[in-house]
Amino acid sequence: MSDLRDLYQEVILDHSKKPRNYRRMEDSCSRAEGFNPLCGDQLVLFVKVASGIIQDISFEGSGCAISKASASMMTGAVKGKTLEEADRVFEHFHKMVTGQPGDPFDAEILGKLAVFSGVCEFPARVKCASLAWHTLKAALKGEGQQVTTE
Amino acid sequence: MSTLAKASAATAPGAGPAAPFDVERVRRDFPILDQEIHHGKHLVYLDNAATSQKPQVVMDALGRYYGADNANVHRGVHRLSERATEAYEGARRRIRQFLNAGEDREIVFVRGTTEAINLVAHGWGRRFFKAGDRVVVSEMEHHSNIVPWQMLRDELGIELAVIPMDDEGQLELEGLEELLTARTKLVSVVHVSNALGTVNPVERIVQLAHARGVPVLLDGAQAVPHIGVDVRALDADFYVFSGHKLFGPTGIGVLYGKAERLEAMQPYQGGGDMIRSVTFEKTTYNVIPYKFEAGTPHISGAIALGEAIEWFRALDLAGVEAHERALLELATRKLREVPGVRIIGTAREKLGVVSFVMEGVHPHDIGTVLDLEGVAIRTGHHCAQPVMQHFKVPATARASFALYNTASEIDALVAALAKVREVFC
Repeated sequence: MSDLRDLYQEVILDHSKKPRNYRRMEDSCSRAEGFNPLCGDQLVLFVKVASGIIQDISFEGSGCAISKASASMMTGAVKGKTLEEADRVFEHFHKMVTGQPGDPFDAEILGKLAVFSGVCEFPARVKCASLAWHTLKAALKGEGQQVTTE
Repeated sequence: MSTLAKASAATAPGAGPAAPFDVERVRRDFPILDQEIHHGKHLVYLDNAATSQKPQVVMDALGRYYGADNANVHRGVHRLSERATEAYEGARRRIRQFLNAGEDREIVFVRGTTEAINLVAHGWGRRFFKAGDRVVVSEMEHHSNIVPWQMLRDELGIELAVIPMDDEGQLELEGLEELLTARTKLVSVVHVSNALGTVNPVERIVQLAHARGVPVLLDGAQAVPHIGVDVRALDADFYVFSGHKLFGPTGIGVLYGKAERLEAMQPYQGGGDMIRSVTFEKTTYNVIPYKFEAGTPHISGAIALGEAIEWFRALDLAGVEAHERALLELATRKLREVPGVRIIGTAREKLGVVSFVMEGVHPHDIGTVLDLEGVAIRTGHHCAQPVMQHFKVPATARASFALYNTASEIDALVAALAKVREVFC
């Protein structure tokens, strides 16, 4: 049985109310916009990469608690990581939120991001949780254009 | 005699005065409403503006058609085809009566409101609009009454003018006369707003437009499930709605058009049933409405929609209206009492819809928490992004009511909103 607290864990609520790395970055080397047409979530992601490492990352935007918390925690999770490492975290994150309830996930790689494991029980909210990640992927590919979850 | 015809005779309005409206009795016609949706949480369905639930008679009509009368229409010499045709055309007659249209041939079956508007855009717009002509819509349109005209704008070079709305969500008609220039070829507006619930003064809009010789299309998708609509009294040139919001199946809807308007329109799709004769040199089109019904139509859907309308018309409609008005008033009053809630759309005349936002909580999160309490509402932009832009919100939460909703369901909505506050505030 899916419960409210499986989805809205304290950590998620905290990050949605006080998102980390929530700022504009004027000297980013790439940025991308993410958009979820279903609920109107919008975010702009700023990334600074040097020597294959994400030196700095920040975002701005508006959205539901899940999308905001996910963007906030993502910035924390990938800052200081190599591009390959960040990609690997995304893969594991994506697998977790689109999987079946109870599926095992790699707690070591995901770390705090494991709080999003409840999202898979709410199919309508998977896009909210993955928006920031898709946007990161676009920013790193230098695609620059708007990413949508549709 | 067909089983369908027999069934309809038993429920035909006029067989006797309708019993006073009794919501509990009506609810028994909707088996879907009686279910536990999450553990220990009974379904409270408040998403009726998206689609209504279906009474048992509608599901029975679908089953009866496929079980006893299924055949193609308008072409068989055999008995089954005659019965299917009779039932299909019987549904058209029921819809004509429901709208108080003058003739059956003014009722065209389409997939829904969206297709009806697209049909007019193609059949009327492409035929008669020229570069520099104007179509007038309003600021509170559903995307389905914006995009088809924008497509024509891009294709033909017409322009789109917009009747503005005020901060209560009411159209500002003072400026309408100015919008009605000599180049204005159509006014296309919503009767009842799906995002705000506003009931527009469509009689006045039709009068103003007709005074300048401009035809009017009314989008009645959110009106017909709540109030009686008389297209002749309104003098609408076109009136469109979807069956699935009117207790009927999905995939069937109606374009009403005055006969002379429909006759002037070019066909939408070419194919079978819409022709009178075909040679490789020349095709003669069929008469209206068949000119617009190419291919095998949604026969079962049309019949079941006819059944839904008969079911609806057999109710005490004055009682239905009073019940729904009371529900909307109650919901509005109780939502105003919830801390942090702001109602979006406070027009004097409203029907069926309360849109709202809650301070510090995104509508999508409201929707998820309500769902876990068993309360189904819609969250998002409701396919009316210009409305969201007007009120400077990314989205709203929307509770929308049907005649089978009850005061205790409003209580459930309000209790669930308390839960939202518990989690987020």
